[in-house]
Order: sequence, then structure tokens, then C-alpha cells
Amino acid sequence: MAITHAHASGMGGLRGAGDLVARVQMARGMRIKEAKEYVAEKLKVSVSELTDPIIMNEVRTDLGLGVMTPLPGVPKGIEAKFNMARVLDLDINCVKCFKERTSL
Amino acid sequence: MGTYFSRMGDGSPIEVTEKEIMTDLVEGSEDAADRGKIPPLTKEEYDYLLDIFCTRSKFVSVEPGNEVIMSYDAATLKIRRVGVNVDRIQALQIYEKLLGADTMELCHVDYSFKPIKPIAGFEQPILEQALLSTHIPLFYGAMPNLGLYSQPDGPFPNPSELLPMGNIKEAQEAYEAAVEESVKDIVYAGTLMYESGADGINLDTTGAAGDADFLAALLATEKLKEKFPDICIEMGMAGEFILGMHGELTYKGERLAGMFPHKQVKMAEEAGVAIFGPVANTNTSKSAAWNLARAITFMKACCEEAKIPVHPNMGMGVGGVTVNDQPPVDVVSRSSKAMVEICRLDGL
Repeated sequence: MAITHAHASGMGGLRGAGDLVARVQMARGMRIKEAKEYVAEKLKVSVSELTDPIIMNEVRTDLGLGVMTPLPGVPKGIEAKFNMARVLDLDINCVKCFKERTSL
Repeated sequence: MGTYFSRMGDGSPIEVTEKEIMTDLVEGSEDAADRGKIPPLTKEEYDYLLDIFCTRSKFVSVEPGNEVIMSYDAATLKIRRVGVNVDRIQALQIYEKLLGADTMELCHVDYSFKPIKPIAGFEQPILEQALLSTHIPLFYGAMPNLGLYSQPDGPFPNPSELLPMGNIKEAQEAYEAAVEESVKDIVYAGTLMYESGADGINLDTTGAAGDADFLAALLATEKLKEKFPDICIEMGMAGEFILGMHGELTYKGERLAGMFPHKQVKMAEEAGVAIFGPVANTNTSKSAAWNLARAITFMKACCEEAKIPVHPNMGMGVGGVTVNDQPPVDVVSRSSKAMVEICRLDGL
């Protein structure tokens, strides 16, 4: 059922910018239209491109935001989340915790 | 006259005519309108739903540009529940990489805040390790589940036993005591998980034990927001209206018993909830068309009132989805598309 909803109505998560739009919605309380426009502006793409997996794979690779295939040397996990926080101008809780625990 | 494949609320396959579909759409919507004192759907919306139900395709989807965010409840236990025996971090990776999830939720198989409290110290390292290796927002979730605070499972007299004996006052006092303890447990576990780095806390099946259960979740949200102003709390409901098991509990001067989603969301907003997940229950004796029109009528009214993002619950038996462990793709995709495109909601 999860996969049916994701295919029928979802933004595709890591395949697109779904997780980034979700972060903005969670952090800023934005409704979906505002959250998409915010992310599109930060990534310098159009709103319609946010769900295009071909375009978003390139954008995410260029900006180090995490991609589907974990290639060597490409930011992953917490590394990608540091980049998300910077690119989207958001406070991400686990990034904050990482900095506190490593005295960064 | 041709017929179209559809299902009953229990998932049983049926063949229906256009006229039968339209009759059910109108009756379902008017049922919701009558119960919730909200407007029924418009003619354009009925026609749109009729088109969806008359599509011969097995699977339908939203038009490009209308996609929304997916959030989940009990995510990690659902992978293990179907016998895929991966650990929870692997389950999260499955959601992230294989299921196209936009957010995900770590949870324990004993999915309530009361049993989490003594083992929170074992949950935190799993959460912390998951946050290091995954990318998409990660909630920690559990249920308020006020029933666990009643004897024999909990410390307080059981209202289900007191009420039939006519001991109303004693039952209400038992509920009020359970609310206090539940709030402490939710705040305790929520605090630890947020301090470990969780992107948010999910309070699932809120209101399952009635108005006291809803009140516990609202008060816990208030306290967590006071401690952590930036915390994201997602509140997913258990049912379409709040059962008045106590009957006289209020929040911000409003009686909670009897509230439908368009009123529940205002309480959630007052408490500081960031994402609200309303519910409309599926009637297994009615058709998919009846159930979906009814659910959409409730959700549309909720979205119109809401100032915060709304993610209606569309799992088994809610939001127009049939009551099966593995709901069929045909009915789930139709419900998904219709709910998103009529209600203009923010996620599912």
C-alpha cells in the first residue's frame, strides 16, 4: 500500500525532491504549494522539475544532497544532510546533534 | 449498459453501472455532510469521481504537478509484519530507496509510548545510527494508547468496567488520571528521541480511546513544543470523530467529544501540531465509491479550515481504502488520486 500511494500521488522521495519539500513543510509549516516553490527556488529549478528523477538526480549530485545510488565519494547520509541544511537554509535536528557531539 | 469493476469496503470485487456509482457517491458524501454538518461535494466533484471510477485502468495517478508528500505510521514494523526479517535500519532503507518515501518513521513493535518508556535507552542508539546513514526526514512514532493505563495492564481502575455499572464519576476520574500519566510518558519518550536527533515525533492513532486519549496527545504536544519550539509533531488520528468516553473533557474551552476532522484540526493547531492526519472510517458494507466520497467530504472540510499541513490517513480501512491487510492497487490508487486532487491537501 505504501508503494501504491507513492506511485499514485507521491513526490518520489530521493528520486526527486520529495524529502526536501517534506523537510521544509515540517520545519516551516508551509503548505505544499509554498514548500515546493521554496525548494524550487533554493535548487534553482522549476516546480515541475522537482519530481523529475533525471533532472533531480543531476541537481542532487551537483549539490551533494544524496542520491539513490551511493557512488564512491558522493555525500551520503549525515554528509548529505549537512548540505541540505546549507542549501535549504534549514535547521536539521540531527545535523545540530552531530555538531554538538563532535564539537564542530 | 456497461458495468465497471469496483469493490466493496471489505475489498470484495463487484461490477457496478455508472448510475450505481453516482448514486453511491452522492449518498456517501451526504452521509458525511449530515454527520459533520459540513457541505457535501459539488456536482463537478461528483463528475470527477465518476470519471475515476469509470476508468478501465487498474492503476490511476495524479496529474504531473499535483504530487504531495508521503508520511507513514508504524513504518518499520510493517516490513517485519509481512515476514521480511530485516532489522529496523534496513527497513528504513527499504522505505527510502525502494518504496519512494518522502519521510519515514522509526518505531518499536510494541507501538505505544507507555512500553517505550523503560526501553527508550535502547531505542535511541538505533535512531541515532539510522540518522547517520539515511537521507529523508525520520520521525520517531508511537501511540498514546490510553487503554494501557487501565487495569489490568495499567495502574488505574478500568472505565470500561466502571461505566456499565453506572460509576460515571469514578470512570471519569480514572480517565483524568490516565491522561496525566500518558502525557508524562509521551513527553519523556519524545524528549529523548528529539535529543537523539529525530526530525519529528509522530503521535499515531490519537483519540483511539476517546476524548481522554485526544486530550493526552494535545497536552503532550503543548509540553514538547514548550521544551523544543522547533520540534515537528505529527498527529495522526484514530477515527473520524472523537468518542465521548469521558464526555466532559475540554481543550481551550472546546468540548472534545463528538469533534469531526474540521474541528479536530483547530485543536491540533492550538496545541502546536505541525502536520495533522485526519481519518474517515471505511464502512465494509458500502461500496468503494460511497466510502471515498464520504471520506473526501470530511477531508475537504478539514483542509479548508486548516492553517497547518494536512496529511489524511489512507491506510487499511481509512480514507476510502478497503479493510484488508493488503489493500488492492485499484482502489488505493483511485482513493489516492481523488483525495489529493479534490482536497488540495499537503500530503498523505
